Amino acid sequence: MSSEGKVVKAPGGRGGPRGFGAVKGNKESFATLLRVIKKYKGYFPKMTPVVIICILLAAIIGSIPSLFIQKVIKIIEKWYETGDWASARPEIVRYLTILVSLYALALILTICQTQMMAFMTQKFMDKLRNEMFSKMEKLPIRFFDTHKHGDIMSYYTNDIDTLRQLVSQSIPTFIQAIVTVAVVFFVMIYFSVWMTLVLIAGVIAMIIITAKVGAGSAKYFIRQQKAVADTEGYIQEMMNGQKVIKVFNHETQAIDGFNTLNDGFYEDSWKAHAYANILGPIINNIGNILYVTLALVGGIFIIKDVQNFSLSRMAFDISVLVPFLNMAKQFMGNLNQLTMQMNAIVMASAGAARICALLDEEPEADDGYVTLVNVVEDENGELHEVAEHTGKWAWRHPHKADGTVTYTLLKGDVRMTEVDFAYEEGKDVLHDVSVFAEPGQQVAFVGATGAGKTTITNLINRFYDIADGKIRYDGININKIRKDDLRRSMGLVLQETNLFTGSVIDNIRYGRLEATDEECREAARLVGADDFITRLPDGYNTMLTNNGTNLSQGQRQLIAIARAAVADPPVMILDEATSSIDTRTEAIVQRGMDKLMEGRTVFVIAHRLSTVMDSDVIMVLDHGRIIERGDHNRLIAEKGTYYRLYTGAFELE
Amino acid sequence: MSSARTILRSLRQYKSATILTLVFIVGEVFLEVLIPFITADMVNYIKDGKSLDHIVRIGLVMVLAAMLSLACGVLAGMFCSKASAGLAANLRHDMFCRVQDFSFANIDKFSTSSLVTRMTTDITNVQNAYMMTIRTAVRAPVMFVFAIIMSFIMGGSLAMTFVIVVPVLIFGLIMIARKAMPAFRAVFRKYDKLNESVEENVRGMRVVKGFAREEYECDKFASASDDIRKDLTRAERIVAVNTPMMQLCIYFNMVFILYVGSKLIIRSKGTDIDVGQISGMMVYGMQILMSLMMISMIYVMLTMSFESVRRISEVLDESPSITEPANPVTEVADGSVDMENVSFRYSSKAARDALENVDLHIDSGMTVGILGGTGSSKTTLIQLIPRLYDVTSGVVKVGGVDVREYALKPLRDAVSVVLQKNLIFSGTIRENLLWGNENATDEEMIEAAKLAQAHDFIMSFPDGYDSRIEQGGTNVSGGQKQRLCIARALLKRPKILILDDSTSAVDTRTDALIRAGFRSFIPETTKIIIAQRVASVMDADMIIVMEGGHIVAKGDHEELLRDCAIYREIYEQQTKGGVSDEQ
Repeated sequence: MSSEGKVVKAPGGRGGPRGFGAVKGNKESFATLLRVIKKYKGYFPKMTPVVIICILLAAIIGSIPSLFIQKVIKIIEKWYETGDWASARPEIVRYLTILVSLYALALILTICQTQMMAFMTQKFMDKLRNEMFSKMEKLPIRFFDTHKHGDIMSYYTNDIDTLRQLVSQSIPTFIQAIVTVAVVFFVMIYFSVWMTLVLIAGVIAMIIITAKVGAGSAKYFIRQQKAVADTEGYIQEMMNGQKVIKVFNHETQAIDGFNTLNDGFYEDSWKAHAYANILGPIINNIGNILYVTLALVGGIFIIKDVQNFSLSRMAFDISVLVPFLNMAKQFMGNLNQLTMQMNAIVMASAGAARICALLDEEPEADDGYVTLVNVVEDENGELHEVAEHTGKWAWRHPHKADGTVTYTLLKGDVRMTEVDFAYEEGKDVLHDVSVFAEPGQQVAFVGATGAGKTTITNLINRFYDIADGKIRYDGININKIRKDDLRRSMGLVLQETNLFTGSVIDNIRYGRLEATDEECREAARLVGADDFITRLPDGYNTMLTNNGTNLSQGQRQLIAIARAAVADPPVMILDEATSSIDTRTEAIVQRGMDKLMEGRTVFVIAHRLSTVMDSDVIMVLDHGRIIERGDHNRLIAEKGTYYRLYTGAFELE
Repeated sequence: MSSARTILRSLRQYKSATILTLVFIVGEVFLEVLIPFITADMVNYIKDGKSLDHIVRIGLVMVLAAMLSLACGVLAGMFCSKASAGLAANLRHDMFCRVQDFSFANIDKFSTSSLVTRMTTDITNVQNAYMMTIRTAVRAPVMFVFAIIMSFIMGGSLAMTFVIVVPVLIFGLIMIARKAMPAFRAVFRKYDKLNESVEENVRGMRVVKGFAREEYECDKFASASDDIRKDLTRAERIVAVNTPMMQLCIYFNMVFILYVGSKLIIRSKGTDIDVGQISGMMVYGMQILMSLMMISMIYVMLTMSFESVRRISEVLDESPSITEPANPVTEVADGSVDMENVSFRYSSKAARDALENVDLHIDSGMTVGILGGTGSSKTTLIQLIPRLYDVTSGVVKVGGVDVREYALKPLRDAVSVVLQKNLIFSGTIRENLLWGNENATDEEMIEAAKLAQAHDFIMSFPDGYDSRIEQGGTNVSGGQKQRLCIARALLKRPKILILDDSTSAVDTRTDALIRAGFRSFIPETTKIIIAQRVASVMDADMIIVMEGGHIVAKGDHEELLRDCAIYREIYEQQTKGGVSDEQ
């Protein structure tokens, strides 16, 4: 249960480029961003405006103390010569009382806002996670076959995390900074337009310089990204082949190859970080220099008694200069904050776009209206639908034309006629495949990897839909059957066993949720899994984690077989495991499989001679065509591909 | 802490960059704290109506200070990038080299994916943490101390505000951290579990859909997710106190400085302090409060990176379990193998021996087949021969000498193993084959490829021996990969050649051709072949049947068919039906 091998978010991430030069958004990412914000607002229609108002007001109050500083200094100026504190005190107290009450208000607003945000952010994450997950569950198998699992996982780890930062930090800070910049700007021209112009000139200089540095930073971060990928690829390959390296005494060569990559990685890495690191001091000290310049210019104004030009028509004196200098700092700081958050928002919108793309994926289509119901058969052989479990199932088939409903007994008769199929347009995987399986028959598929064995089973339970041809199940076109019901009527045992975190018995019950403990045990006994399960430390209640790593491969397969057995479906799809397990377990697994096949219609992708030999029909597939069909004796007699496969004169994999 | 020390040992040539970073950071901070001090004077000059000369002169001093601070900041930024990127590069290098010294037993201890994570993600974490430590973790406390000192020098009793505010803030920050940290740690564990269940779903989607369990999974996920939401909300609300608390301190400062400041100025008629100091004190207030905030942030981030530090040092501290003797034998006389009363267990924690009291003699030049079920320790047995593992008791001799007395390179050159997991590396086929012998000529290479029945399919590729193999060898089939691995091992011209189930994906005809080639072209080499198919070992000089870590029978095909029940069972199972039909 370690967190190794998973996406571990580095503190502060791998670090992205900063500065004005790095901001590059486009309309599209802006649109997804808006969508996320709308979604957020949709979740909290009342709270969102309240929070925004809190942020706005708190930001405004935070930007105006300069007005009070100016007043206080004015009062100081006034009583400075006389040193009459007693007279000055009530005036100062009057202003400070207003300031304190404003501050108190701001504090209350901030407390409300931060507490509400803590609640809303988590609620938003929760809702979004659920929306993503339930969407994912609805996606067709094609989605999982065409996306890397690591990429899907990163929706839930990286992307959702960038969104959290976006809604909980970037956007609120952005709003706050923009308000502050606007208010401070207004107060500044209220004090003095000339001084404001000087400040603006400085800001422009700062933007130009940081854009340059930011661009350099972006350039090296991209190079670093590439170096990371190269080095990681090499490490991955070498660690994987470490035993081969040892056997061939190849250690020195491996180290030489590594050193070359590692040195390049170092160069790009330090430069990328250096650019990012020097940005802070640059912004900071441009701020300092600007501050001095303002002080000098202000000083000259005062000494030379230059005519001030401002909204307030105030004379420019020391009481204006001091708060102005403070505001200049505030202005620069918030402007810097603004660009930083803009970068964060641009980066987050990439994550937002990915999540939106997931939510926009087309879900698995299901127009089926034929459902599976419990029935009882009366003395006339007619079927009657009942609510309780009877052990007898039938297809309930409503006919739209005349409004009648017919019932067909679930038997497990599957017929594929002239089926063509392609995963990608133009690349046919199956041509003209016909397979007939009568109830209780066992059909084996044999052929090289890529011949189309798995594809056929994918079509029967509609993981994929056929392009051309027909598949009928108990005489009903499977496209008319509701997918859930279709799949419930078919058991599935796959080559790679997938178990879920939980107890052994929970994993068996996965086959049929209503199954009692006794029924689960019975299924395990039937397939021969009971023996090893009862010997586990906690028996049936032993917890499985990480896909059952605490069990052997054979044991995991037995649980998967028991899981299919407890569902007790009339049709089974089996994909036999290729990897060798020890002979004894193999024999037990084999017996379990055989038990499972008894009395059912079985489609089996066979890798074991005994399975193939005992099948009623064997289909030999080659490049998506059935090239031979018949039972074992007939195919051996034909001396064709099956014969050569069977005698080992032909390379299978 | 000892793991942190292990890691810092890899700093080496970047020690000076680290020290320079610290020096420049201190310089930068000193100037940054000095600037408000000068500004205060400048403001006072302006207020008092001093001559322009005075003001310009002090202004220039300030510009100079800002320039110096800029220089310090830029240099510190560069050196700290160098130091941290350098530490990362050295750590990667040290780990990589350390793994090269690992024995098989060491490699088994760490999984491949865990080693890769340690050399990538964990090192990135350490790089970032180190950068932050030498930059911000030094900057913040230094700034705090300097600013406090300067504020007392400049503001006198005005600095009393910090005596009130700083303890309040420190107390608040500690309380928040102490309450929130455990809450977060617990919830992150739950978060990991949630992600694991997502991963299970992604991986097992065919099972989920096959049993129509989509809704069931959604409900399960929703309740787990809501559970996390509740816990996280609780933790986040504690942390959310940070912002208003900080604000309260800033506001208090502002009001205190304005009120007490104006009182002091007016009472002293500007002799104690003046307007300039008021604005200076406000700057110091921000510097002090921000540095405290920074310290608490760093504390959280460093604790997060500590797990990475531990995992890296675990690899660096792992000592190789196989080492060469002081005066090693460097020549392997012949291809004979002797095992005398050999027992072996994979680790001292293992419940039982993988091999028990094995005695075996193989003459030089013999062909030996080994049969047995999975878990019968066939692979374990042959891995002792090139000393990939050391025996737990007993002796393994190659060419009449205990393998522990050889230098590793000549021993492993003489004993060539084709491992079960046949791996080829990205690069051309030629590059891969030359792993066996870097100096092999083209003729030698082609000869080995022909012997492994690989030449024909290699030549069928457009670029022949210069065709590229993708990472993981995805563009060649399993059987082709196995034959390339055999050719690679043959190029070593070994005295003993061991094939560990290396022809399982090769068809029986080719398999037979390979074995026939061995017999006629490398008769003096000892050949040991592990196989699942009886046909692959039937014609060997000696066949060993293994079960449960023991050799249960030795002999040729006829003898075993007569005397060994297990052998007979395997033989019959594999030949029933097909062969009888053929006959």
